[in-house]
Amino acid sequence: MFGAGGGTNSYEEVEHTDLIVLWGSNARETHPIFFHHVLKGIHNGAKLYVIDPRRTASAQWADGWLGVNVGSDIALANAIAREILVDGLENRTFIDRATLNFEEYRKSVERYTLDYAQEITGVPAAAIRELAHAYARADRAMICWTLGITEHHNAVDSVVGIINLALLTGKVGRYGCGVNPLRGQNNVQGGGDMGAIPDRLAGFQSTADAAAREKFEKAWNCTISPERGKRLNEMFDAMEEGELTALYCIGENPVVSEADRHRAVRLLEGLEHMVVQDISLTQTARLASVVLPAAAGWVESDGTVTNSERRVQRVRKVIEPPGNARDDMWIVAQIAKRLGRDWGSPTAQDVWDEVRSLSPMHAGMSYERLEQLNGLRWPCPDENDPGALFLHGRLWADPVEGPKAPFHAVEYSAPLDAVDAQFPLLLTTGRRLDSYNSGVATGEYSSPLRRVEALEISPEEAARHGLSEGEIVAVSSRRGKVFVPVHIDRALREGLAFMTFHFDVPTNVLTLDTVDPKSGTAEFKATAIRIDKIGAGSLAAAGD
Amino acid sequence: MSVSDPGFARQVTLQIDERSIDVPEGSTILEACRALAVDTPTLCYLENLTPVNACRVCVVELEGSRTLVPACSRKVEGGMKIKTDSERVRTSRKMVLEFLGSSVDVSLVSDFSRQMQRYGSNPKRYGDAAKPALAGTRDGAVAGHHHASDGQTASTVAQPVKIDNELYVRDYSKCILCYKCVEACGTDAQNTFAIAVAGRGFDARISTEFAVELPDSACVYCGNCIGVCPTGALMFSSEYEMRDAGTWDENKQVSADTICSYCGVGCTLTVHAQDNKIVKVTSPADQDVTHGHLCIKGRFGWQFVQQRDPSVLDGLANGPVVLDDVEVPAPA
Amino acid sequence: MDLHYTQATETPHERAAVDAVLGPADSTWSTGDRRAETESHSAHAGHAARSQRDRLLPALHAVARRIGWISEGALNYISRRLTIPPAEAYGVASFYALFAFEPRPKTVVHVCEDLACKAVGSDALIAELERTAGPGEPQCGGASMWLRSPCLGLCERAPAGLLTVAGDEPHDEPLEFVTALRVAAALEGKRDFGFAPTQPPQHGDPSLRLLRRVGTVDPASLDAYRAAGGFRALRRAFDIGALGVLREMTASKLMGRGGAAFPTGRKWEAVAREPERPHFIVCNADESEPGTFKDRIIMESDPFALIEAMTIAALAATCDFGYIYIRGEYPLATRRIEHALEAARAHGMLGDDIMGRGLRFDIELRRGAGAYICGEETSLFNSLEGYRGEPRNKPPFPVQKGLFRKPTIVNNVETLINVPDIVLHGGDAYAAIGVADSTGTKLFCVCGNVAKPGVYEVAFGATLRELIELAGGVAAGHRVQAVLLGGAAGAFATPDELDAPLTFAGMRAIKATLGSGVIMVFDETVDLEAMLVRIAAFFRDESCGQCVPCRVGTVRQQELLARLAARRLHGSPDEERSLLAEIGQVMRDASICGLGQTASSAVESALAKLNLFSSAVPVDERTPV
Repeated sequence: MFGAGGGTNSYEEVEHTDLIVLWGSNARETHPIFFHHVLKGIHNGAKLYVIDPRRTASAQWADGWLGVNVGSDIALANAIAREILVDGLENRTFIDRATLNFEEYRKSVERYTLDYAQEITGVPAAAIRELAHAYARADRAMICWTLGITEHHNAVDSVVGIINLALLTGKVGRYGCGVNPLRGQNNVQGGGDMGAIPDRLAGFQSTADAAAREKFEKAWNCTISPERGKRLNEMFDAMEEGELTALYCIGENPVVSEADRHRAVRLLEGLEHMVVQDISLTQTARLASVVLPAAAGWVESDGTVTNSERRVQRVRKVIEPPGNARDDMWIVAQIAKRLGRDWGSPTAQDVWDEVRSLSPMHAGMSYERLEQLNGLRWPCPDENDPGALFLHGRLWADPVEGPKAPFHAVEYSAPLDAVDAQFPLLLTTGRRLDSYNSGVATGEYSSPLRRVEALEISPEEAARHGLSEGEIVAVSSRRGKVFVPVHIDRALREGLAFMTFHFDVPTNVLTLDTVDPKSGTAEFKATAIRIDKIGAGSLAAAGD
Repeated sequence: MSVSDPGFARQVTLQIDERSIDVPEGSTILEACRALAVDTPTLCYLENLTPVNACRVCVVELEGSRTLVPACSRKVEGGMKIKTDSERVRTSRKMVLEFLGSSVDVSLVSDFSRQMQRYGSNPKRYGDAAKPALAGTRDGAVAGHHHASDGQTASTVAQPVKIDNELYVRDYSKCILCYKCVEACGTDAQNTFAIAVAGRGFDARISTEFAVELPDSACVYCGNCIGVCPTGALMFSSEYEMRDAGTWDENKQVSADTICSYCGVGCTLTVHAQDNKIVKVTSPADQDVTHGHLCIKGRFGWQFVQQRDPSVLDGLANGPVVLDDVEVPAPA
Repeated sequence: MDLHYTQATETPHERAAVDAVLGPADSTWSTGDRRAETESHSAHAGHAARSQRDRLLPALHAVARRIGWISEGALNYISRRLTIPPAEAYGVASFYALFAFEPRPKTVVHVCEDLACKAVGSDALIAELERTAGPGEPQCGGASMWLRSPCLGLCERAPAGLLTVAGDEPHDEPLEFVTALRVAAALEGKRDFGFAPTQPPQHGDPSLRLLRRVGTVDPASLDAYRAAGGFRALRRAFDIGALGVLREMTASKLMGRGGAAFPTGRKWEAVAREPERPHFIVCNADESEPGTFKDRIIMESDPFALIEAMTIAALAATCDFGYIYIRGEYPLATRRIEHALEAARAHGMLGDDIMGRGLRFDIELRRGAGAYICGEETSLFNSLEGYRGEPRNKPPFPVQKGLFRKPTIVNNVETLINVPDIVLHGGDAYAAIGVADSTGTKLFCVCGNVAKPGVYEVAFGATLRELIELAGGVAAGHRVQAVLLGGAAGAFATPDELDAPLTFAGMRAIKATLGSGVIMVFDETVDLEAMLVRIAAFFRDESCGQCVPCRVGTVRQQELLARLAARRLHGSPDEERSLLAEIGQVMRDASICGLGQTASSAVESALAKLNLFSSAVPVDERTPV
C-alpha cells in the first residue's frame, strides 16, 4: 500500500477500533488468533461487518453480513463510495490535503448507484447503505481482507477499491484506522520483506532504483538486473514457451496449489530439471529430478519470520532435524558453493545482520531486541526505535510528509469463468479451521473436526438436484472433472458452491489459471461448474 | 486489559502486613502482594483471564471488612490495611485446601502439597473417600436433589476419565471447578462456548450441552482450556498416553519459543520436546499476539514434523541425493 | 456468533411454546430454516442478536410449562432464537430445580420437606407418600409424580404443596394443609383445591399500616386500590419531585427488610447520583428463605402498592425500567402481579406518561425457577440476565454496577411497600414509629408450633414473646423449646431469650438476626437435631457451587451433622465439633455471598445454645447393638 507492502495496523488496534470490516475473509477459521483480537474489539463495543458470498463463521458474528455475489467486490466498494459522497460523509479535509486524483475517482463511482450495485452484488441496497453509513460515521474503522479479495482476475483493482474507501473517509494513518491484508501463510509477509518479489530487494527496495541496486551490488559483489523477474504464473507461461526449463522449488507444492492442475502437472513434467527442497514427499516432489530433504523451519532451525502486523519474530530450533534433513539456509549455501560462491557457514543471525545492514526498515531490529520485545514491527530504522504501531501517520502531518496518496478509479468486471446454462453454478474455494493449504502438514494429525473433502452446496441446490448429504457427484468445469461427496450447508445459497483444496480431491483440476495481470494471482475464487448426479454403478469409474 | 499504563496511573498507597507499598491505581491486592514477594497461593487465578475469585484460596484480611476478601480480584484502595497471615486467613486457606484435597484428585496441581503443609491441611479428617461415581452419574445430577450422605465417607467428584477424541482427555476427578476452561473457551479467548458450568452446588460440573461428547459439541479443539487448566483435569492425549505408559519425564524435557508455521498471524508457540520428539505445544500468556491462546493447528498440528517420509529423509526420494556428494556444475 | 448445534431439532409444540413468549423470529437465520431468496444475501446478527439473553429464563419456562421438560431440540431452538451457545443455555437451565431434562410427567406435586412443615408433621406425610406414591425424587415416565421440595413459602398453611400441570393450558396452584389424600387426588387429576388468601390474623386492627389493605381491598381492582388511598403517594411524589422523595426517604431511616438492613434512602440517592445510564429498579420478590411468606401475601393481596412504590423509586432515582423477580413457586402471586401490571398500564399508571406527569416507566415480571440463591441480589441479576444465578463479588455494588452492569436499586417487597406511606405522611412521621435504630413497622412470619401462624405487623420494639403470644402461643400443655429467627440462614433463640426486643440491635444482643422476619416456634415435641440435619441438607442443595468454601463446606457440614445425628463419629466428639466450627468459619469468612456466609449460622447457634448431640460418641467406642 502506498509503497511498502504490508498491513497498516497492528492487532492491538483492532481491539480498540469502532468498526471492523472483514472483506473476503473468514478470519474466524483461517486466522483464528487474529479473530481473537477482533472478538476483543467486539466485546469492547466495535461493530463488525463481514462481506463474503458465504455466511461464514465470521459472518455469523457480524452486525451486518453482506452476501455478495462472487467477484462483485469492486462494484460494492464503488457503491459504498458513491453512497458516502451522496450523503456528504466523506472527509473533505483529508481528501484535499493528503490525496490525489479525487475528482477522477468521484466521477468513476457515479454510475455505481445502490440499485446498480444491488443488481451486481445481490446485496440489498439497504444493507449496502447501512455499511456505507456505518463506515463513514465511525470514528475509527479498519478493513481487513484475505484471499476472497486477492484470488480474482482483478485482485489488485479490488484492493485499490478498498483503499479508496479508506482515503475517502480519512480512515488510514490513525490509531485503529487502516487497511490490512491478512496473510494466508506464515511468512508471506517475511518473503516480501526479504525481496522475494520479482522487482524488489530486501525491504521493498526497487530493483529499478539504481542507488538501491548499487548498495546491494557492493555488498554482494555481483550485478543485479534492473529488470523485473518472473511471477509464478509467468514462470508457467515461460515453461509453456520452452523458455524456462529448470526449476528450484523450495517448500512449495504447485501441483496441488496451482489453478488448472492438469496444465501445471503437464508443464512441470516437461521441465528438464526440477529440484524440490521440502520436508516431505509432496505431489510436486514426486515429479522432481532431485529432492533435497529440508529441516522443518519453524522448529528445527533458527531465523525470523514476519507476520501480518509487520512484526518480525524469532523462530527457534527446539529439535534436531531427522536423518539427512538440513536447514534450508545450509542447503542454499551448499548450492551456492557448488555454483562457485563460498558463503561459508552463516548462522541465521549472520544473515539477519546482513539484512539489517541493507534494509533500512529492518535496521533497528537486532536479535537481542527481537528477543526482549517479542519481535518488532517494521519500519524500525534504528535501535532506539520502538517499531511502528501503524503506518502512514505522515498523511495527517500538516503539510503531508512525502507523497500524497492517490485515488485510483477502478471498474467492476465480472469473473472470467462465466456461469451459463452448461455450467450454472459458481464454485468458490477456501480453507477450513483445522486444515491448511495443500494438507502437507495438517494431514498428519487426528483432527476430530476433519471430514472428507466435499462439495458444499445450499439446501436449495441439493433439493433441486435431488441430492442428499454425502452423495457422490461429478463436478465439472470447463477444464476438468472431479468426483466428490456433497455436503449441505445453509451458509451457501442457490447457485453457489464451495470446496477446499486441503485433501486428496484435486480441486484445482476445476479452477481457471487466468491471473490478475497486476499480481499474478489466479482466480481461484470463481469457477463455473456443473453438478451431475451419478448412478451407483459409475462410482467405480470415478478415478479421474 | 489489566492495569492502565503505569506511566499515567495514579499511585495508591496501602499496607500489607504492616509494610507500606505504592501500586498503580487499578491494581489488585494480589499484584500488590506479589510486588512485596508475599507468597500468596492461587488456583483459579491466571494473568490472561478475568478473575472469577471462585477458589478463595487467596483470601486476605482487610481491616474494616466483615469477611475476608479475595486478593486476586479486589482492587486496591488508598489506606487499605491488609493481613495475609492472620489466624483467620490461615484457617480459611487451610480449609479451602483441605476441602479440595478431600474431594478432588489434586495430585498434579503444582505447589498444592507445599501449600497444604504450610497451612496444616489434613484432608483425611473427613474420612475415607466415597466410592467414585459411575460414568454419567454426575452429568445427570439434578439441581436441588442431592442424595444425602450418611457422612461416613467423604463425598468426592471422582468419576471415570472421559476420552472421546484423539487430541485431549478430560479427567473431571481432577476438576476443582476453577472456571478457567470455561473462560478460555468463552469470552476471555476462544468465544466458542462449547463448555459451561452445569448443575448446582457440589454437583456443579463442566459440561457440554446435555453432556454430549466433544465431537458432537461446539468444541473446535483449540486446546485453550488445556492451556489454562491448573490440575491436569484437561490433558493432551500425547501427555496422557505417555504418563499412562510411564514415559512422561519433565526432567528430560526441553522447550523453546518459536513461531507457528501455519497462517500469517504469527503465534508464538512454546514447543516442549522429550528425546528430540515434540510432546506438547503451549503459548506464553504474556505474548501479545496470542495472550497464551492458540488454534487447533498451532496446538495440535505438529505431528507432520515427526512423520517424515523415510525416503525423503535419506535423500533417496527420486534417486540418491546427498548434497555433499553431488557435483553441481558452475554456471557457464 | 458461530454457534454449533447438535442434530436435535424442536417439535412443533416446543417451537410454538417458545414463539409464544419470544414472538415470531425477525430473521429465518435464527430459526434454523433460512428461506432461500429473502435472506440469502444479507443478515443481521452481532450485538443486537446477542443482547436478547435475558429472555432465556422466560423461554425455558415457556417450554417447561407447555411440555413439562426441556428437550435437547427445544434447548437448541431457544439457543438459536436468542443467539446463546447451547452449552451455556444448558448450564443456565440445569441450575434450576424446576427444570427437567428428561421426559417428566406433566402433573407434578411438589411437597415441602422443609422446617415449618416438618414442625407440624410433614415427615409422616412424606413417609406415607414414599410408601404409596414413589420416592419423591426426579424420575422419568408416568402421568404424574410427586417431588420433595424446599420451603414453598406457605408456612402459615403447613404442610404445603405446589401442583404444577404442564400443557397447552398450564395449571399451577398452591396446595395448603397437604395430606397424602390430597396429593393422591392431585396426582390422579383433581384440580382447584381451593386456595384463596385469607384475612391476616390481625385483620381489623386499626394500627395496621403495611397490612391494612390485605384481605380488605380487592387485589384485582385498581379502582378499589385507588378508592383505598392508592396512588395518592405517587401524586405527592410528583409534587415534591425526586429530591423531595429522596429527602423523605432519608428522613424515614427506613432500613431494607431483605436481611441486610441497609438504609433505603441512601441506596436510592446513590443510584440517583450515578451518571451512567440507564438506571434500573429491581424488586426482589424471590422470597425463598425457609419460613418466610410475607412478601407472597403482600403480592397476592396488595399488588398495586408494589407498583406504586416502584414507580416512586423510579421517579426519585430516575430509573428507566423496573423488574419484579418473583420466585417460581408462587403461582397466585405471579398471576396477581401480572394482572396488576396490565391494569396499571391500562390506567396510565405505567407507560410513557404516567398520570399525565411525563414520567416514562414500566415494569416487567420475571419468574425464578427454583433456586434459593437467586434471592441474593447479584445472583438475581445474573439470573434475570440469563446467566447462571451465581453471585458476583462485591464491590462493585449494585448501585454502581447492578442489573446489566448499570446502576440499580434492588429492594425487597416489604421494603418497598413502606414507601407510599413515607412519601404521603413524611419521613419524620414514619421515623417516629418504632425505635431509634429501627423505625417503622415490621412484618413477621410467625410459624411452626403456634396456634395462629401467619404474617404479623408490629412496630419495632415488640418482644419475641409478645409476637408469639399475638400468634396464640404454643398449644396448651406444650412449651417453647426453641425459636428459629431469620430462617435457615438465621439463628436460634432459647426460651430464656424471649424477652429480647425485635429490633436490629435487640437481635444482635442475643446473637440472632431479624433476617427476613421469620419467627419459627418449635415446641418440645420437635426433634431439633433433625431440624439441623434438614438445614444442612438445605444448604447443600441450594449452594450454587461457585466458590469452594460453600460448595464443599455445605457438603462437609451436612456429612458431619449426619454423623452427629447418627452418633457415628470419625473422631472424638471434640474433634468433630471443632471440625464443624472450622467448616463454619471458612464458609462465613471466605464464601463469596451471604448464602455461604450464613450456611453455618443456625447450626452454630444451635450448638452453642441448645444441648444437642450430647451423647455422641465415636463409632468405635460404642457398644455393638
